[in-house]
Amino acid sequence: MAELHVELVSVEREVWSGEADEVIARTTEGELGILPGHAPLLGQLVDGGTVRILQSGGEIVAAVHGGFLSVTDQGVTVLAEVAEMGSDVDAARARSALERARSAGDAAAERRAESRLRAAGQ
Amino acid sequence: MGAQLRVYRRRIRSVQSTKKITRAMELIAASRIVKAQQRVTAAQPYARQITRVISALASQSTVDHPLISEKPNPSRAAILVITSDRGLAGGYNANALKEARSLEETLRREGKEPVTYAIGRKAVGYYRFRGREVAQSWTGFSEQPRYEDAKEVADTLIGAFIEATENGGVDEIHVVYTEYVSALTQRPVANRVLPLVVEESDAPPPEGALPLYEFEPSPEALLDTLLPRYVETRVYAALLESAASESASRRRAMKAATDNADELIKSLTRAANSARQAEITQEISEIVGGAAALTDA
Repeated sequence: MAELHVELVSVEREVWSGEADEVIARTTEGELGILPGHAPLLGQLVDGGTVRILQSGGEIVAAVHGGFLSVTDQGVTVLAEVAEMGSDVDAARARSALERARSAGDAAAERRAESRLRAAGQ
Repeated sequence: MGAQLRVYRRRIRSVQSTKKITRAMELIAASRIVKAQQRVTAAQPYARQITRVISALASQSTVDHPLISEKPNPSRAAILVITSDRGLAGGYNANALKEARSLEETLRREGKEPVTYAIGRKAVGYYRFRGREVAQSWTGFSEQPRYEDAKEVADTLIGAFIEATENGGVDEIHVVYTEYVSALTQRPVANRVLPLVVEESDAPPPEGALPLYEFEPSPEALLDTLLPRYVETRVYAALLESAASESASRRRAMKAATDNADELIKSLTRAANSARQAEITQEISEIVGGAAALTDA
């Protein structure tokens, strides 16, 4: 099966890049999965969402805030204001951030913390 | 010990302690250059991709977005000047401010009134000293800018851009920053950020032809969210470049200061030695003269 070249870049650095079988993300219009050979697409990702990158060896999950998804013939690029790999998420810190956001009533921060937790697999 | 020798010794000590400070600053700046450069490189993939996406979006959609279209008869132009918070960086700040001044003149000739936005204490001080009005200023992050800082600045600029000219808005946004060419060369540059200049060249872009996108949601809605991001990226990149340039300029200035101190210590030590010699010679001749006077008596 053909492979997708995926790049996950945040404003400050390139977070991840590599080959994958499928990318699953949620745009403002709804969730979609991208397989190799997908038509070029530019989408806006929902705030506080996660992007799942499926590989033959398993799955990589990243928390993505304020991002765009660009699908071209060359591959998939996720442009994010902030992106964090699930494996890098400090679950304890994310949870305390979530509680802080809840008590402060900050809905945006709450969504972010939730997506980080989800990316960490919790 | 004679008075002269004492004066020399005191000056040597003071130059030595100054040298210690400049040397320390040189080393700190040197280590910061590397870090700042790494951040410049790390931020490049995002900037490249977002530019590509926007070019594709702007070239195929016929949307008329306020951030892309040039306003008729532009009369006010914002200038964002990026300088450092601290001095002792050679000509770094002076060069950036000079570039800003020449941009102001160019804009005035074109019949646009410049509105200044300043980053860094040095720019703030410069404009205050001259009694010039600054629309808004930010300080405290020139050496280690974060994306949030860039975002704050970009939000203000975009706000001013969207605002009608009559109500104090601006029609153009320019950024003056210092480009990091190499450790030895930093060049002040002025760029227009808005309205956007979409490069429409016939030559295919290096990474292959621009894709014919489908959009989700509509191209207009995407431009609405993408363009502010783009301005933020441009400001952020300018801040990072300036930070690298600042450290490089400071390193060079401090290296020159350290070398000068070495030079000064050398010549002062020579003068002190000859003063010491002269003193000894004088003492000997005094003793000999005194002994001769006694034997004669």
